[in-house]
Amino acid sequence: MVAESDWVNPTIDYHALAPEIVLAAGIVVVLLVDLFTSEANKWLVAPLASFSLLGAFIPVVTLALSDNTMRELFDGRYVVDEFSLVIKGLFILAGYVVVLISTDYLREGDYYQGEYWFLVLTSILGMVMMASSRDLVSIFVALEFLSIPAYMLAAWRKRDVKSNEAGVKYYLLGVFASAIMLYGMSLLYGIADSTLLTEIGETLSDEMTSIRALAVLFVIIGFAFKVSAVPFHTWAPDTYEGAPTPVTAFLSVASKAAGFVALVTVLYVAFPYASDVWQPVIWILSALTMTVGNVLALRQTNIVRMLAYSSISQGGFILMPLAVAGEGTVGQSALRAVVVYLMLYAATNLGVFAIVIAVARKTRSGEISSYGGLFSYAPGLAALMTIFMASLAGIPPLGGWFGKFAAFQAVLSAETNWGYAIAVIGAVNSVVAFGYYGNVLREIWMRPAPDGDTAPVVIQPAIAVALGITALATLVLGTLPGIVSHFGDLASLSSAFGG
Amino acid sequence: MELLRDNNWVLTIGTFLPMVGVLIMLFIPKADEVAHKAVALATAVATLAVGVWTLVLFDYGQAEKLQFVADAEWISIIKSSYLIGLDGISLPMYFLSMVVTVLVMIYSWDHIPNPGNPKAFLILMLILQTGMAGTFIAQDLVLFFVFFEVVLLPMYFMIGVWGGEQRQYASLKFFLYTMFGSALMLVAFLALFFKTGAESFAIPYLVENGASIARNTQIWIFAGMFIGFAVKVPMFPFHTWLPDAHTQAPTQGSVILAAILLKLGTYGFIRIAIPVLPEAAKEWAPWIGLLAVIGIIYGALGCLAQTDMKRLIAFSSVAHMGFVMLGISTLTPFGFNAALFGMVAHGLITGMLFFVAGSVKERYHTLEIKRLSGMLKQVPRLGWIMGFCAMASLGLPGLAGFWGEFPAILSAYSPAEGLPEETFRTFMVIAAIGTVFAAGYLLWLYQRTAFGEPSAEFSGHDHGHGDGHDDIHDVTKFEWIAWTPLLISIVVFGVYPQLMFDVLDPAVKATLAVFGG
Repeated sequence: MVAESDWVNPTIDYHALAPEIVLAAGIVVVLLVDLFTSEANKWLVAPLASFSLLGAFIPVVTLALSDNTMRELFDGRYVVDEFSLVIKGLFILAGYVVVLISTDYLREGDYYQGEYWFLVLTSILGMVMMASSRDLVSIFVALEFLSIPAYMLAAWRKRDVKSNEAGVKYYLLGVFASAIMLYGMSLLYGIADSTLLTEIGETLSDEMTSIRALAVLFVIIGFAFKVSAVPFHTWAPDTYEGAPTPVTAFLSVASKAAGFVALVTVLYVAFPYASDVWQPVIWILSALTMTVGNVLALRQTNIVRMLAYSSISQGGFILMPLAVAGEGTVGQSALRAVVVYLMLYAATNLGVFAIVIAVARKTRSGEISSYGGLFSYAPGLAALMTIFMASLAGIPPLGGWFGKFAAFQAVLSAETNWGYAIAVIGAVNSVVAFGYYGNVLREIWMRPAPDGDTAPVVIQPAIAVALGITALATLVLGTLPGIVSHFGDLASLSSAFGG
Repeated sequence: MELLRDNNWVLTIGTFLPMVGVLIMLFIPKADEVAHKAVALATAVATLAVGVWTLVLFDYGQAEKLQFVADAEWISIIKSSYLIGLDGISLPMYFLSMVVTVLVMIYSWDHIPNPGNPKAFLILMLILQTGMAGTFIAQDLVLFFVFFEVVLLPMYFMIGVWGGEQRQYASLKFFLYTMFGSALMLVAFLALFFKTGAESFAIPYLVENGASIARNTQIWIFAGMFIGFAVKVPMFPFHTWLPDAHTQAPTQGSVILAAILLKLGTYGFIRIAIPVLPEAAKEWAPWIGLLAVIGIIYGALGCLAQTDMKRLIAFSSVAHMGFVMLGISTLTPFGFNAALFGMVAHGLITGMLFFVAGSVKERYHTLEIKRLSGMLKQVPRLGWIMGFCAMASLGLPGLAGFWGEFPAILSAYSPAEGLPEETFRTFMVIAAIGTVFAAGYLLWLYQRTAFGEPSAEFSGHDHGHGDGHDDIHDVTKFEWIAWTPLLISIVVFGVYPQLMFDVLDPAVKATLAVFGG
């Protein structure tokens, strides 16, 4: 125990921590610049925010290229390995796209700008930390680090009741989830006498008592809120609808991915021997999440609410491989499926939101019917939206299909009846999903423009860059999925399963 | 299986060349319609030229082997590779897809359906071409799945945007049916992958190792594939999307749908489901045969009840694909040959019939059989062409249709060893009755629309309608160019079917070698 031994200054690998350090420095700079600039020059902050993200991406690349692929800091409580690097890269790039799609939205909407960038960067820093955390304390700190700014961002449209509702709902259910998780974590600490995930994993390997099962369950439920798994999803649609659209994009992609990363870390490092407890839970969560998300999405008339339920349903697909991840050597391919799915989903969904922002700027409406005739007056946007919707629906050769494919493959490789059953549920759901994605396409391609308003949509340069990045990623990763799939080949994390 | 790797660039170029055209067209402004048509047509012709070159390079002495095989790394982590190749079974369909695309492009020169926008229409058609050709050359299940799905979206938009009154309903129905089928098919593919040791998705590998899977498991995996392919064919009772899709699709869409897309299903049975899972195929064969003959009779009865010409042709497709499936269900080389020939013949004939229907619609603005009559007098050439196609479709000896239908019926007389002979002979009798129906509905259709006097409604613009029927003219130049190759092929393959059987037969025998026969 630390208290008994003498304090030893930990050796710090500054290279390993460089992404976090750059981000932290960026946060400070953004805050200071915001403090000392006049209202007219606030726009300066946005490019600073994107530069600090791009700056943080550089050490991620150099770390990935260095020979030392496994850097353990602070007695293994903070680990920089392939898995965490891939995930950090994902968070940083997703954050960069979010900055791109926020810039003009904020300027035109007359919001507070400086603080917005500060909060976005802080939340991304939390996510980046989450990717490396291997200790209950650091996981919890990272989780709050990424969540608390997000609560504030959701309520950013200060004078809009819906936005306030979004923030409050998100906050209340978020802290509720944190409380449940903390309770579970305190039980785990009591059982293992350690907060280190690997040590908890070893302790759980001997015998599964009911108190241990309860601890595992509580932690999982806490994360289930974060990833908006049914039945813990109720905050998501209202929060997504009420929050400013770029924030919704951020929540539905980055924040959700962070939840999954934490869940995967805990399942793989702390609970590998408790798979009998969590597998059925995840199985049920996954089946419920994709089905309920789908069915409710079918009924939506507002595009953001539809995307909220769609993102819930996609979460079910990401959970799917985890439902059998404890079987034999499935762990490896399940982890790969989750990581690959998160990447493809991030690229596609950010693209969708970029289009939603661009179109709403003209139509001033969030209704799906406002997309009528888009193909006739903005064929480029229409074609891109088609690519993104088809990717979300999992139609080859557009990105999303490979995520679904990898998930199915992982599930079926278990060769258990549970695996087959959830695969069939997933297959049926992937068809149902086309009902609402296809509905948007139908509006775009086959319906006339509402009120005959066919004035062209003006696409701002920042949005255009965001669309370019996301569309390119969706297309290239769909036709040549080999590029991402080896990112998912992450031996270190799944080694606990004897794989 | 020995793979021939010479000239393996030819398939990749033939498949992806249309995408080059798409890229060029993306940079041409929408308003420049002639440029779009020219680029699209040139791309299709260039693709066809590669196809012709493929025909020249193909080693007919070894039609049973996969040729032009290319094997490149694609998604190594899931053990799927870019494995492509062509044998005698795929060659005719691969080439037909290219021919049909060119003809459809020619037809589109002055027939862009409402609401116009040739840019989008032709781009979709080129994407469709890549998907179709790719499906016939893919020798890896994942690659096959990707190409199989690539055709979905373009067709969905083609029907949904350029289709008839009920287009939105029809396009969604088409999409959901096919997607449901392919979702289960994908699960079946993955199960197959794991049950053969998670080694490879390559079809040649799976053919060698699939037989070792336990019989019960085979039956389940086959069921998944069966649904995927049967929806596409479509077999009774999964056929209900077809009449809607065909009726609502623009002419070009109907032609491609009939000529190529339906064949993706039957091709899947012949290439994948049956050779990989021989035990299950034997178990399923009588049921497939049963559904096939139900399809034949049901399709024929459906035809008799139709009042719309296009819908009638669509139902006749259900019947004709029933013959193809009957041939397949016998699991004999004879039946397979008949089925493959029937696929091509149906592609030529029904494709042609849909062209005719499109032109009738364009001239008369209706396809209601009751309102049409005397086409032979009013538009004699179009009337004769339609008569010719009807004859070909009902299986008149001497035209291509005969060689698909007659041998398929005959093959049911002696199905493969281990299949119930009496059952299949009953199927044979029912199928034979089906041909009588076919003659019935086709002749009836022809009699009602082509014979007699042109109805007063359409006989001129001097009847005071005021809307004028000046546009009732005979076959135009572009129609002649688009149709002649089809008409000639129908005769050539009718007179000299050996031309195709020579290519098919060795490959069919090699495929059925899994049955030890």
